[in-house]
Amino acid sequence: MTEDKKTLFIDGKEVEFTDEANVLEVIRKAGLNVPTFCYRPDLTQYGSCRMCVVEIEGRGIQSSCTMPPEAGLKIHLNTEKTRRIRKTVLELLLANHDRECTTCDKSGHCELQKYCEEYGIRDIKFPTLKKEDFLPLDTSNPSIIRDPNKCILCGACVRACTEFQGHSILGFANRGSKTLVQPMAGRDFSKTDCIYCGQCQAVCPTGALTIVSDVDNVWKDITNKDKKVVAQIAPSIRVALGEMFGLEPGKNTIGLITAALRKIGFDLVFDTNFAADLTIMEEANEFVDRLKSGENLPIFTSCCPAWVKYIEQSRPTFLKNLSTCKSPLSMLSPVLKELLPKYFEGYTKENLSVVSIMPCTAKKVEINRCQLGICGVQDTDFVLTTQELGRMIKEAGIDFKNLPPETADSPFGQYSGAGTIFGASGGVAEAAARTAYEVVTSKELKDVDIVQFRGTSDRSKTIELDLNGTKVTVRVVSTILEAEKALSEIESGTANFQMLEVMACPGGCINGGGQPYSYNDTTIKAKRAAGLYKEDKGLPVRKSHENPDIKKLYAEFLKQPGSHKAHELLHTTYEDLFKGSYRDLK
Amino acid sequence: MNIDIKLEQENAKKHIEAQGLRVLVCAGTGCVANGSLKVIEKFKELGADVSTLSDHDKVTIVPTGCHGFCEQGVLVIIPDKDITYVRVKESDVEEIFESHIKNNTPVERLLYTDPHTNQHVHKNEDINFYAKQTRTALANCGHINAESLEEAISVRGYEALSKVLSENNPDAVIKEIETSGLRGRGGGGFPTGRKWRFTAANKGEKSYVVCNGDEGDPGAFMDRSVMEGDPHKLLEGMAIAAFAIGADEGYIYVRAEYPLAIKRLRKAIADAEAAGYLGKKIMGTDFNFELHIKEGAGAFVCGEETALIASIEGERGMPRSKPPFPANKGLFGRPTLINNVETLANVPVILLNGSQWFSSFGTETSKGTKTFALTGEVNNTGLIEVPMGTTLRKIVFDIGGGIRGGKKFKAVQIGGPSGGCLTEEHLDMPMDYDNLIKAGAMVGSGGLVVMNEDTCIVEIARFFMNFTQHESCGKCVPCREGTKQMLKILEKIVAGKGEMEDLDILEELAIAVKDGSLCGLGKTAPNPVLSTLKYFRDEYIAHIKDKKCPAGVCTAMKKIVIKEDLCKGCTKCARICPVAAISGTVKNPHVIDQSKCIKCEACVSACPFKAIVKE
Repeated sequence: MTEDKKTLFIDGKEVEFTDEANVLEVIRKAGLNVPTFCYRPDLTQYGSCRMCVVEIEGRGIQSSCTMPPEAGLKIHLNTEKTRRIRKTVLELLLANHDRECTTCDKSGHCELQKYCEEYGIRDIKFPTLKKEDFLPLDTSNPSIIRDPNKCILCGACVRACTEFQGHSILGFANRGSKTLVQPMAGRDFSKTDCIYCGQCQAVCPTGALTIVSDVDNVWKDITNKDKKVVAQIAPSIRVALGEMFGLEPGKNTIGLITAALRKIGFDLVFDTNFAADLTIMEEANEFVDRLKSGENLPIFTSCCPAWVKYIEQSRPTFLKNLSTCKSPLSMLSPVLKELLPKYFEGYTKENLSVVSIMPCTAKKVEINRCQLGICGVQDTDFVLTTQELGRMIKEAGIDFKNLPPETADSPFGQYSGAGTIFGASGGVAEAAARTAYEVVTSKELKDVDIVQFRGTSDRSKTIELDLNGTKVTVRVVSTILEAEKALSEIESGTANFQMLEVMACPGGCINGGGQPYSYNDTTIKAKRAAGLYKEDKGLPVRKSHENPDIKKLYAEFLKQPGSHKAHELLHTTYEDLFKGSYRDLK
Repeated sequence: MNIDIKLEQENAKKHIEAQGLRVLVCAGTGCVANGSLKVIEKFKELGADVSTLSDHDKVTIVPTGCHGFCEQGVLVIIPDKDITYVRVKESDVEEIFESHIKNNTPVERLLYTDPHTNQHVHKNEDINFYAKQTRTALANCGHINAESLEEAISVRGYEALSKVLSENNPDAVIKEIETSGLRGRGGGGFPTGRKWRFTAANKGEKSYVVCNGDEGDPGAFMDRSVMEGDPHKLLEGMAIAAFAIGADEGYIYVRAEYPLAIKRLRKAIADAEAAGYLGKKIMGTDFNFELHIKEGAGAFVCGEETALIASIEGERGMPRSKPPFPANKGLFGRPTLINNVETLANVPVILLNGSQWFSSFGTETSKGTKTFALTGEVNNTGLIEVPMGTTLRKIVFDIGGGIRGGKKFKAVQIGGPSGGCLTEEHLDMPMDYDNLIKAGAMVGSGGLVVMNEDTCIVEIARFFMNFTQHESCGKCVPCREGTKQMLKILEKIVAGKGEMEDLDILEELAIAVKDGSLCGLGKTAPNPVLSTLKYFRDEYIAHIKDKKCPAGVCTAMKKIVIKEDLCKGCTKCARICPVAAISGTVKNPHVIDQSKCIKCEACVSACPFKAIVKE
């Protein structure tokens, strides 16, 4: 069978292709590349930046990201014309750009900066944007800063918001050179239905969308002798942070991160994986209770703050379906504030600063929820994204790669494999299933790998479980677009599932908005997820309820899942925020 | 219902005969603006009393679509009396009625006066403007009541559709269009038959026919005229296209600034549906075609087919990359045929008269006729239709009656903001798609602006660049940012601040924008600059090196001076100057303070001794 073998020619060299979506992918497969700003493999092809132009014999100049591959095409990458177009595009963009690179948050990661360097742009023939013509920054959003002076209008953010989350928080306005990307009708970024997922920022090639930084605030506490600063590290950080130091995506660096945090000056380092186990204890039991009573099913996971905000503002009729469990981060912080003073000398609720290292931009907003703060003080003081932590490690002058690995502090440092897989879409449900099985059946689950839950490319999965006769169907989705489809099924009565796991970022937290940039590499998500499953496989304890620190916490303090104390510290309530939301305006 | 179109034609003709003396009054947008509705009312009022008529037992006032000779509006034509009246006002109606309709004496003063012979012209077809045209797409415009289905049928409306449906051979229809050599009249000039063939080949569950009526070129109004003057011809063309490619639904995309066209199209669609020429089971066959109107919000870029599709879908009007072409994946992801109004209006004519007849007009590669909106410094401006390959000389000097005020011809801008400039050397070039492209211009939608020696070419280039920059959708970088920088350079040159290296940057940028842009708007936006740089480089250089505008248009380089030897010191200029820039004492020569002068030229016209001149 040779008829499926199709070839085209790139700079005279015959290249095979199969089902690549466009010529650009064929070029990359051939080990070559052309620059692009607007092409993002996970988003629809757009063709606006004109950087990936190639010359095709008989077809003239075409943007390779929108050109479908055809057998026999003769493609030339670097011709006089394509080079001139690319250089002109770069110069035109620079002429209309705030070029204060040194103070830009994206410096070093900016694709505009990178291509200008590669193409040797040294002077700009055109009059450039003057400081007095700069548009004001929008800093109203608590997790994302929008700088229109650095926007190159590639539309990646607009597409990410629409195609991942079904939101169109950012959109195009005006025409000609006055075109802008902005929230509806020029509103403040904060006065929108933004769920703070940060995916717009994750696909932005320049400094037009960046994350609100808490690095200075954290340093301030660390350098304050009167403060005790402790850290907790989310599951997906360990398989992504290494990328900022030249390590392979998916490489587990939890030992290095723990060591680095201590070197920076954190007094104690804990692992949010522990809290993930705690979440499973509460949530699996809550699920089993709801299964028994038949009430408020399907149960929705509540770990993802973007998802929680979406339900609160857009779909409040489903508030009762949300698990009342706080997210792992928000469970661990009050536990730390409540219990660390009991275990460690010199710690008080008031002098304790809890810093959470998260892959997530929405967590920065979650910690300020009015329903949190049960101890009379704020539970979590700061959230740092993976990127921010990487920057702190560099600032502290730490040779990250060569650190001797360290382990987290006790008693909230041990974790099970179930806790670690929380970082990937499907992981929460798989972890819950491992515990729920044993709670329901009172039998030991032999094979803990429930692989149907796994995989980062499929954003919607339905998994049927047999809990020794009790059939349970779980729907696992990532992106709000897919979650909304599940909600519609529930509304129309066609839903067949009892549990709905939602992570707003495509593929889950491993691809969170605060993770290191991975603009054009679609393999990174799978590599990071594989890193988590690898750690899970290698751990001695792989079920949350078997975690010795968890057992100790229940034995000494919480008694049993769903107890009064557990409710006080680990469960929360939700608020109907529909009034004034975009859906309300509709 | 089964329809015998010949019988319908007989009935329609009888109906028209029963109207008695038909007085055609133009009710196109231009004439309405000139007061034609009042003229119509007055005629109706006078014609109501039939007892006063001798030759006819009845007078019927027929409001028509545009005749094309808008600058002479309001136009009144009485075919039975072989007469065309121009510039008719409400106050003239009584005289026409008394003198001509009742007593058969033409009103000489309301006849068209030939600018060369100074003679009055009676008959419509003797007026040079009309005599030198060949009208097919516009054949009925101005000659029928655009709001009457019967009148459309009387001039063979829906006969071609009837023929096509009874023969029931879509492939033969496509073949006929292919052999006719018809090419897209919207600008690109893509062979229409081939487009139909591609779309038909992709026929699946559903296909669409879309009519592009988003006429955006400044000054062009041929599509509006067809929609206002002969809407049924467009509907018929669309129905034939739908039948040929296997579509059952269509959209007419019309800009909302064309309210009259929208109103008449809506009525035409309703009438045609009620009579069985559109909708379900058309003319008793199994062919269904449902037609909608989509009003555009006025973005120029929505004339680009993929942006137009996005706009119909409810998205922001931004073009999409091609491929995939609309023929494969168009409206709502379905195979879609998009043709422009004029293209579709040619379809029934071709099928009635045959592809041989159609291809007998035009040149080797461009068949049929083309409409042009003739404007600028010619004596007769208006809408014209001529065979492809007609020379510019014939259009400007025969139909257009030459340059106004005896001035010298300088250039024409053809094809609107996407087109280019043609000069004296092109006057005898047969104008068709390919020759125009070779000359660095394009047919475009057919805008034709004639310029005389008083026009500054650099200013024209700046004007068009300003237009395209404002109308750029902002999607792709070369068009959004490139046209902005080109505009900045042109503004710098007309402000007298240009440098020679600006010309190189301008040219280099123009080529990059042309090569690199996503859609037709960006790819053609540099045409005015490139063609003027090619043919009028000297004029650019004069602006830059000599700081002079040869046409005396660019105010920054204009200098108003008082000639000392001619000035009598009457002080008139000093008194009229709005910024007190002129000083001097009585009976002594005055002087202008150039730093204060705003170049309004009030002093130039005020000076009784012609002592103040522009330099």
